[in-house]
Amino acid sequence: MNVAVKTAAPLLEVNGVTLQYKTKQHLVTATYRVSFDVLSSDRFVLLGPSGCGKSTLLKAVGGYMAPTEGTIKLKGREIVKPGPDRCMVFQEFDQLLPWKTVKKNVTFALEASGKLKGKAAEEKALQYIEKVNLTKFSDSYPHTLSGGMKQRVALARAMAMEPDILLMDEPFAALDALTRRKMQEELLQLWADIKFTVLFVTHSIPEAVLIGNRILLLSPHPGQVKAEMNSDGSDPIDPSTGQKLSDRIHDMLFADRIEEVQPHA
Amino acid sequence: MHDTIRPDQSASRPEYVRETVDDSGFGVVQKPLTPWEQIYNQAWLRKIAILIVIAVLWESYASCMNAVKFAGDWKIPVALANSLPDAVYWPAAASVALVNWVFWFVEVAISTPRMVYNGWATVRAGACEENPLLVPKFTVSMVALWEALWTGDLLSKVVNSVRLLLQGYATGLFLATILTTLAILTTIGNDFLETLTAMFNPLPAIALLPLALIWFGLGDKSITFVLVHSVLWAVALNTHSGFKSVSNTMRMVGRNYGLTGIRYVAQILIPAAFPSILTGLKIGWAFAWRTLIAAELVFGAQSGKGGLGWFIYEAKNQLEIPTVFAGLVSVIMIGLLVENLIFRKLEAATVRKWGMQN
Repeated sequence: MNVAVKTAAPLLEVNGVTLQYKTKQHLVTATYRVSFDVLSSDRFVLLGPSGCGKSTLLKAVGGYMAPTEGTIKLKGREIVKPGPDRCMVFQEFDQLLPWKTVKKNVTFALEASGKLKGKAAEEKALQYIEKVNLTKFSDSYPHTLSGGMKQRVALARAMAMEPDILLMDEPFAALDALTRRKMQEELLQLWADIKFTVLFVTHSIPEAVLIGNRILLLSPHPGQVKAEMNSDGSDPIDPSTGQKLSDRIHDMLFADRIEEVQPHA
Repeated sequence: MHDTIRPDQSASRPEYVRETVDDSGFGVVQKPLTPWEQIYNQAWLRKIAILIVIAVLWESYASCMNAVKFAGDWKIPVALANSLPDAVYWPAAASVALVNWVFWFVEVAISTPRMVYNGWATVRAGACEENPLLVPKFTVSMVALWEALWTGDLLSKVVNSVRLLLQGYATGLFLATILTTLAILTTIGNDFLETLTAMFNPLPAIALLPLALIWFGLGDKSITFVLVHSVLWAVALNTHSGFKSVSNTMRMVGRNYGLTGIRYVAQILIPAAFPSILTGLKIGWAFAWRTLIAAELVFGAQSGKGGLGWFIYEAKNQLEIPTVFAGLVSVIMIGLLVENLIFRKLEAATVRKWGMQN
């Protein structure tokens, strides 16, 4: 049914992906037959409660784990291992290498992947450090930066690679509310500037509505696709239901719990 | 609903909004610490002060040994315990030891004022006695050190020891690097290293000396062998546990940018595990230094060369006790020098600068 709308081939195709991982005692199914397509310049958000396998899904796209069923293709080629064509931005601050300055952290990525060398790498690094407004701190070590600044460095590092797709795993979840708000705006500004493609994992409905142009809702335990919706960032009221987008998402994600609560109201 | 939780207080507490002064309006207020505080903040100066106190105590004790007589001779006769039958000997002996120990404390506490008084009386009467064969004076030991350095062969002995030590240390590090790299890249290498470190880490290097003598004969080779043993396991153990504690995020970052194999170890694991590696290097160094001196005490004179341990041993044989002390002091000094100059500097330039250790 989607075929008619499709104009260009999708950049990332996730097709019937079931992901399982082993803990010491159990084999856990994280996602069950998840399918979605990400088009070029999409801000594609994976949204779901904790334990819906959205981070696992992102790791699979990153090439860190292989699906037990289904395929993940980037530009038509199947993903088998991690690679610099998909750059991850993590939630944890220790994604920056503490022994390298801000600038070196970015050039490290460019040089390790063999993308650029020496002077060219440095110029590219400085260009993207400027985009995240950290030029003044390019020679600082990560431990001297605030949480928000660290995440901006991680973003600059990933963007400097100019990957086919940016993979962001709850990148702002560890920040305080004010900084998170600011970072979300900055991310959108950067997108307006560069038009990169990003696959963004979050468990925050307002963040999903603000960041994404397309939102994939996953149900918990194991993650299955519940809905895919469009967003323009303004949280519009749907004329047919009279509900805000965020409320619709909220109702879908918390359907069970709301039924429980209603008798008391 | 809000009214019940937050009653209207606007009458008593009006809202207000203020303009804040920008930071050029007030300078950062700071005043320098007093000179005394600045001096006291220098850790090395405080430590030197402690060293001076120790030297003074040493000097005074050695120049008036008979002034310090420890009390605590009161003991339940050991002969009594010895005469007991075997079955009750050990319990009895243990209780006798315990009781004696308690009495010793009581007696020391009671007799301390008397001791101090008697000691002072000895000094006043000018009846001080020295016993340079047991404890030579600090100044005498320092003179002996000076002479051994410039006219004796202490310097060449130190050079011999350090050269041997560096040989063993470097070999140990090299082997540790190979073992831990294998351990981190392959599962079987991991099991191999874990088994070996579990077996050999508790084995004191010096215990291998007899075997080393049979395998390699008297001389440098044997000492290098035990040195490698003392360095290898300590460094490998620490490095390996450091590697294992590198965060998953950092590993994923490394792999994201295409690092695998040796490049992954060199560019991600080694720097990320550097605090542990540095600890391993320090422990390895301390083990190696002790092992070396001990091994040289057992033997180590090869064609008249020998190192610091041998220097101490020789001096003792000739009853040149100040020279023995001079040798001990140089062992300590070299240990301190390496710890404070090399490792401290290395720490400041790496893990402290990177904020990985405070």
